[in-house]
Amino acid sequence: MSNTSKPNDPGGPAPPSIQRAMDKVNASLPSRYGAEKRFRIYGLLSVIVGILFLTILLTSIFAKGYTAFRQTFVTLDVYMDPAIIDPEGNRDPETLRLANYNSLIRNSLREIFPELTGRSERRKLSALVSNGAPFELQNRVMDDPSLIGQELSMAFPASADVDMLIKGKIDRSVPEDQRRLSDAQIGWIDTLREDGVLHTRWNRALLTNGDSRDPEMAGIWGAVKGSFYMLVVTLALSFPIGVAAAVYLEEFAPRNRWTDLIEININNLAAVPSIVFGLLGLAVFLNFFGMPRSAPLVGGLVLTVMTLPTVIISGRAALTSVPPSIREAALGMGASKMQTTFHHVFPLALPGMLTGTIIGMARALGESAPLLMIGMVAFIVDVPQGFTDPATALPVQIYLWADAPERAFVERTSAAIMVLLAFLIVMNGAAIYLRRRFERRW
Amino acid sequence: MLGRRRALAVADTHGGIRSLHSLPGHYGLYTAIWVGLPAVFLLFIWKSLEPTILTELVTRGLPAQIRELPPERVGLIMNDVKNLVAGNIVSGEVSPEISSAAEHWNSLEKTMRLAGALFIIGLAALGLLFGYRMVRPDLRARNRVEGVVKAFLIGCSTIAIFTTVGIVLSVLFESIRFFRAVPITEFLFGLEWSPQIALRADQVGGSGAFGAVPLFAGTLLIAGIAMVVAAPVGLMTAIYLSEYAPRSVRGVAKPLLEILAGIPTVVYGFFAALVVAPEIRKFGEALGLTVASESALAAGLVMGVMIIPFVSSLSDDVINAVPQSMRDGAYALGATKSETTRQVIVPAALPGIVGGLLLAVSRAIGETMIVVMAAGLAANLTANPLEAVTTVTVQIVTLLVGDQEFDSPKTLAAFALGLVLFVVTLILNIIALTVVRKYREQYE
Repeated sequence: MSNTSKPNDPGGPAPPSIQRAMDKVNASLPSRYGAEKRFRIYGLLSVIVGILFLTILLTSIFAKGYTAFRQTFVTLDVYMDPAIIDPEGNRDPETLRLANYNSLIRNSLREIFPELTGRSERRKLSALVSNGAPFELQNRVMDDPSLIGQELSMAFPASADVDMLIKGKIDRSVPEDQRRLSDAQIGWIDTLREDGVLHTRWNRALLTNGDSRDPEMAGIWGAVKGSFYMLVVTLALSFPIGVAAAVYLEEFAPRNRWTDLIEININNLAAVPSIVFGLLGLAVFLNFFGMPRSAPLVGGLVLTVMTLPTVIISGRAALTSVPPSIREAALGMGASKMQTTFHHVFPLALPGMLTGTIIGMARALGESAPLLMIGMVAFIVDVPQGFTDPATALPVQIYLWADAPERAFVERTSAAIMVLLAFLIVMNGAAIYLRRRFERRW
Repeated sequence: MLGRRRALAVADTHGGIRSLHSLPGHYGLYTAIWVGLPAVFLLFIWKSLEPTILTELVTRGLPAQIRELPPERVGLIMNDVKNLVAGNIVSGEVSPEISSAAEHWNSLEKTMRLAGALFIIGLAALGLLFGYRMVRPDLRARNRVEGVVKAFLIGCSTIAIFTTVGIVLSVLFESIRFFRAVPITEFLFGLEWSPQIALRADQVGGSGAFGAVPLFAGTLLIAGIAMVVAAPVGLMTAIYLSEYAPRSVRGVAKPLLEILAGIPTVVYGFFAALVVAPEIRKFGEALGLTVASESALAAGLVMGVMIIPFVSSLSDDVINAVPQSMRDGAYALGATKSETTRQVIVPAALPGIVGGLLLAVSRAIGETMIVVMAAGLAANLTANPLEAVTTVTVQIVTLLVGDQEFDSPKTLAAFALGLVLFVVTLILNIIALTVVRKYREQYE
């Protein structure tokens, strides 16, 4: 390169060395622009991959799950035979409770197919109706003993296999011995369907029942309530404690080793795997303090410990965003440090803190690994009535159902996931709304 | 309230409200603290001691021939009594001694409740009296109230430390018990993992091998697959969204990707086990490969997708922290956008990006639900992503879910695994957090 010639000589032809450099640059331009384009496309592709995956995930769950909200029912005319329900005729609740309702249902099914006489055929026939049907009948009779002796038309849930066949999830072309339903059963189902005895309608049991071994009777209400109790405990503990800790660290704490240690601890805890908190709960709450297993109380405590770092970190962020001028003004008016904080700074930071807390709660709602550790995976049929009743949580229920071998649980799992996602969307929506509504730019 | 009124009353006699040291409300709060704090404190002590005292008293009330039995038998009988009181099913016949003991228990419990309530109310009244007497104009009520509040705040902020201490202690103690049964070197370097131990001497069962290397290898394999997916995709997403995307695209794509981060892991697990794994299996068989139905690939892929938003939001932060002047400088030299990004921004942001990736690795190692649902249980020592492997978290869950006695090495092994998990993630987190912090300070 020559040093004597001026490179940017206006008007004149460029010196040869510059010209060479320009040529080099110009020659490299296409490939550089190509690289630019490719790079850009890679970026776009990765965004698309992420979004595509999200769509596949959501649609596959929706496609699997929406059918669970409808369930096949069998409408039967059941004759409430007094000889079977209440042979002594005194309407004693104990007798009514123990009566053989199953045979009533079997009898009315046989009336539809009088030609079936063989034992195994009859057994196969009664397998079409859910095992839970006698209990529904029992409840009806217990509520209203005057039904005895009458003929009652009632819709019972069909068994899960029938439901699957109606929803087209059992392949009829599969050889008979590899199918859950025999050819004869499929024939009966088709007859029943043509007669209008079988029909599908809104599956209320899914939302109002507890867990069950029979897919058609299983519901998520017990799990939802368990999750609810747990979140109440978590909220009641983590919000005040988290806010207090954030206020102390941000407004009062002197900068020293101790507070540094606390800070490092909080940041670390936020990144500790959740299952470790489960181990903590198992060793400390269950074995050391002897709290009951499977209780929402313990679950709530574990989730509190887990969400506290999130709440504290977001609380501190909310407090830092309050401008110092507010504090200075309050202090200047003679307020004490405590009064400044609680009368002036805290109310301004509250929306931000609430947002952080709701996001923490949403995380807690979706968490299941630590709950497995403290025994919340038990199979529990009863809907929990309090904080110490054995319970399970919604995500754990999903885990349990996902493990169940019955085909019908797949759609129920997906439906439970849809319910869980709906809750999460509502919570996150609330957080976003709060942020938009109260956000202030200083 | 009383304290407030009293303060006003006292103030009147001492020359008006201005002579008070603090606001009247502070005197009220001060009195309330005197009423509440000691009483609540006592309530806690009372509640925690009550069962012990009751058991002791009732045991003393048992007939002599029962009391002379060995302590375990007495414990069993007391359990029966407690069950009877609670209305549960009692094991075996209810003997008259036990039912009388249960009655004794009930009556004692009633008296104790009453005594406790009276005691606590008495203490509250005492506190009230004391606080009331203390209210004088020169009392520094505000300072004292604030002192109590501050103590409460400090207490709350130390909970994080207690949690860490609690985790370390609980995991460490059980691990030490485990290492007494199984030497630590065998645990860390053993190549075979089969935690099934024969419960009875004559039972057929494994002798139990606790070599955790296959678990570590499986964990690293799955986490590695996850990072192969998440690191490039997450990083490119962050670069595209912060450097290239128009505002509108960014406004739509960012929240959409954040949804991925908000989906519970159990949902990913379900998806991995029921959708991804069968597809991979089908695809592999079409290529003539044998793919395990619980292949590491399925779990790793889905886990990678889960971590994408994590990586991208962390990288987004660090990329945005690179000063605009560095970009401008590169553009001024004639660099294209991608050259600027690759040769200026990414190197400048590298420490932050590495820190973010380390945090992501720590998440991948500690992730539980996806692997529990989609990865296998058999401990294979393999590097083939198409085979089933198991991970540390899977083993913790399988060892601890279900009923087993708490002292067996099998259960304790879970705590030892937990200790390893905690220590490894802790180290990763500390390194990552320090790196990210140092990096932030550099440009601030």
